[in-house]
Amino acid sequence: MTTARLFWRFYAGSVRVVARGNLPYWAWIAFLLALIVSGALAYARQVEEGLAVTAMRDPVAWGFYIGNFTFLVGVAAAAVVLVIPAYIYRWGPIREIVIFGELLAVSAVIMCLLFVFVDIGRPDRFWHLFPPFGILNFPSSLLAWDVLVLNIYLLINFVVVTNLLYSAFARRDYNHKLVWPLVLLSVPMAISIHTVTAFLYTGLVARPYWNTSILAPQFLASAFCSGPAILLVVLQILRRFTTFRIKDEAIWKIAELMAYAVFLNLFLHGAEIFKEYYSDTHHLLHTRYLYEGVGGHDTLLPYAWTAVALNVVAFVLFIIPRTRRNRVTLNIGCAAIYAGVYIEKGMGLILPGLTPDALGEIYEYRPSLTEIQVAAGIFAVGFLAFTLMLKVAVPIALGQFHVDAVPRRERIPSPDNSLAPAPRHVG
Amino acid sequence: MRSKSAIDRIEGWGGRLRTVILAGAALVSCTTEPVPAPWFKAAQQAAGAPARDETEKLEAPAPPFSAGIFPCSRCHGREPFSRERREMSAHKEIVLRHDEAHRWCLDCHDATERDMLRLAGGELVPFGESYRLCGQCHGDKYRDWRAGVHGRRSGEWSGHRTYLLCAHCHNPHQPGFHPGFQGEDVPPGRQPIVPSPPPVRPGGA
Amino acid sequence: MSDERPDRREFLSRVAGTTVGAAVTGVLSACAARRLRDLPLEETRERIQALERDYRRRFGPEVSLSGAVALPGVIFGYALDLSRCIGCRRCVYACVEENNLSRDPQIHWIRVLEMEKRLGIDFAHSDSYYDSREVPRAGHFYVPMACQQCDKPPCTKVCPVKATWREPDGIVVVDYDWCIGCRYCMAACPYGSRSFNWAEPMVPPNEINPTMHVLGNRPRPKGVVEKCTFCVQRTRAGRYPACVEACPVGARKFGNLLDPDGEVRYVIENKRVLILKDDLNTMPKFFYFYGA
Repeated sequence: MTTARLFWRFYAGSVRVVARGNLPYWAWIAFLLALIVSGALAYARQVEEGLAVTAMRDPVAWGFYIGNFTFLVGVAAAAVVLVIPAYIYRWGPIREIVIFGELLAVSAVIMCLLFVFVDIGRPDRFWHLFPPFGILNFPSSLLAWDVLVLNIYLLINFVVVTNLLYSAFARRDYNHKLVWPLVLLSVPMAISIHTVTAFLYTGLVARPYWNTSILAPQFLASAFCSGPAILLVVLQILRRFTTFRIKDEAIWKIAELMAYAVFLNLFLHGAEIFKEYYSDTHHLLHTRYLYEGVGGHDTLLPYAWTAVALNVVAFVLFIIPRTRRNRVTLNIGCAAIYAGVYIEKGMGLILPGLTPDALGEIYEYRPSLTEIQVAAGIFAVGFLAFTLMLKVAVPIALGQFHVDAVPRRERIPSPDNSLAPAPRHVG
Repeated sequence: MRSKSAIDRIEGWGGRLRTVILAGAALVSCTTEPVPAPWFKAAQQAAGAPARDETEKLEAPAPPFSAGIFPCSRCHGREPFSRERREMSAHKEIVLRHDEAHRWCLDCHDATERDMLRLAGGELVPFGESYRLCGQCHGDKYRDWRAGVHGRRSGEWSGHRTYLLCAHCHNPHQPGFHPGFQGEDVPPGRQPIVPSPPPVRPGGA
Repeated sequence: MSDERPDRREFLSRVAGTTVGAAVTGVLSACAARRLRDLPLEETRERIQALERDYRRRFGPEVSLSGAVALPGVIFGYALDLSRCIGCRRCVYACVEENNLSRDPQIHWIRVLEMEKRLGIDFAHSDSYYDSREVPRAGHFYVPMACQQCDKPPCTKVCPVKATWREPDGIVVVDYDWCIGCRYCMAACPYGSRSFNWAEPMVPPNEINPTMHVLGNRPRPKGVVEKCTFCVQRTRAGRYPACVEACPVGARKFGNLLDPDGEVRYVIENKRVLILKDDLNTMPKFFYFYGA
């Protein structure tokens, strides 16, 4: 079979795999599409009228979009949590599900790039970033570094995952010479994307809340908390709705690793808080704005304390083996840590850094409806990409969707929802 | 598939690594922009302390006389006039608040030649050079003013600059702008100022 | 299966070849980016003339767009007398008119901070929205702030597309046609001196200042960053910035730092100057001093 024919089979087969599903599946897709449409309309309004439709202003020039971007970079970096034990230590129970981690990383990086895109004031000039048409201020600007490492990370994960899946589809061994080095590279790349994102805040002398060396380690700790939480939920869904066998040990191991990450996150936050409160310089104002409010401005208080509470709850639930192994408490912990890190890494990082601003002014920022709509649309794009990729990847991984078992148009799905061919359509 | 030896694998990767590095180098902008040196390095190479001529006559607009008050010789003759301090019967609208414990009118105005001002040593200067009179006591302000650091400037930073006389901003009889003088017999134009409107707060009031 | 190997090898080698080709093209073309300062002289002139024609069409025939470069042997410096500033904000509005700043949404390049004398220079307790009946208010002093034109600007370091840079005469400028509006420079500026065009800027046509400079006060588009340029359209023509001329009490001094006779050098040598947030090592060329 030629390459082109094989690829066409893969493509056509994938489209058909994606196009068949049950009611919850289609409801989910419809929901995501609705969010995407609403986001697109809101973004069109933003392009038309300018960023004034957001709540960002000169004192707080970065807000919801960049907060979400920062959070999602952490989620993308968390795929490495699975890669290290799976490939490096060849730890069986995790190995089979690393693919899903990398798909999550791909979706997350897509969302990151989209959030940056909607945040810039001149999206028509986006190409200014890419030599040879534009200029990239490398190595001086950390945003330039971020553009580079994010795209490289996206490329690496995408190449590895497609290689593995396509090879499984084509029923042949994957290209070890290509995949192995990229997998090895993806580990430092995952660390680097979040470190570079942390550095782009750390390097700003104008913002003492960010200009601290603890930021990069703290970003990594919070990344390793939040990313795997989604994965745990996805794995349980897969276990429930497909024939995919995922061992309990894998899930528990991931939860255990997350517990240590949550502890590290809390510890690093505690270290920051000690330094600010004990030294009691003007820089304390930013931390106080977050946890206490300053001069009657206390918008962030509920969010800050909720985030702390969620982190603590998640830590307790994950560290105690009994609650870790109980499905209900495990999922509560996942939701808690995801929400907690979302708040803390999103708004809980950007807003206190910029409030009070460089001249001491306090502008209380709350995302506008347009921003929320656009952000929801982007999250929907990411989830949609993840869903569609999973929809294709799971049957491939299960050995149900491969070159000799491509779904045909007239096939009636068999009772167990597998894609095995009916007898008269073999080959 | 025969397994490659480690050396083969590394060599194979050397070539790929080279390509990756080349591609990476292409991403680095090769426009080199000269970074200007800090200004004081260049300034250190310039000449030494400037020679400033303290006696040079400076160009300034006409003194801000009250309407109809000048020339004084329209009313005053040149007959001798006692320089002893006493209450005057004319020019009562002028309230002196300028070291009035030790000075009075005829310490600055000449007793005989009313169209001129009188320096401490007796030399007479026209009103257009009143800065020389002020400069006798206010030497540091005078030096600053000559250098362009005291008072308003307009024009060109390296070419023609206009000076204003001291009297254009300071009422010579009540030169102070301190808040304590607010509303007390301060001539119009020397009142505290109403500020222009504040900026609009972001996000509305 | 074995006949697929040469196909794949060919394909891969083609891809590799294209990558190398792209890399080479990249190296060559990266040297020809499109900022104003990268264009050759002729193209710069053409671009400026095209812009001038466009502005004349929109704002009237008196518009003149200058592309004047930095004067040799000149590095601009600014000195501001804190003992004299009374917080009247005449400089703020003179700047608005001179530099065609947007009236709605309102952009001010100069912000005057009212501070308490007993606290000294304390940004946390400062107020730029003071609205008293008269100034100066007892017990307070005023610190006007605009771009400090740093010698080590944190803003130019972080721009991902190099749309902002320091000119040879020390002015930090923005190429409004290259800026992508990411606002990283605004996050990086310790003096809060950069403003962003959150919406389409609005300047009443009858209040347009027709004397423009391509890096200074020409009308900006929506979605780009702008800031004080030391009135580059005036200073490169030898004149004082508008704020210097507007100040009724003569608190503002401007000149060539390399001129030993200049006002700013006199201030630096004879007065005690201070720079704001000096611990950040940005080396501003905006010096505050106490003249009285």
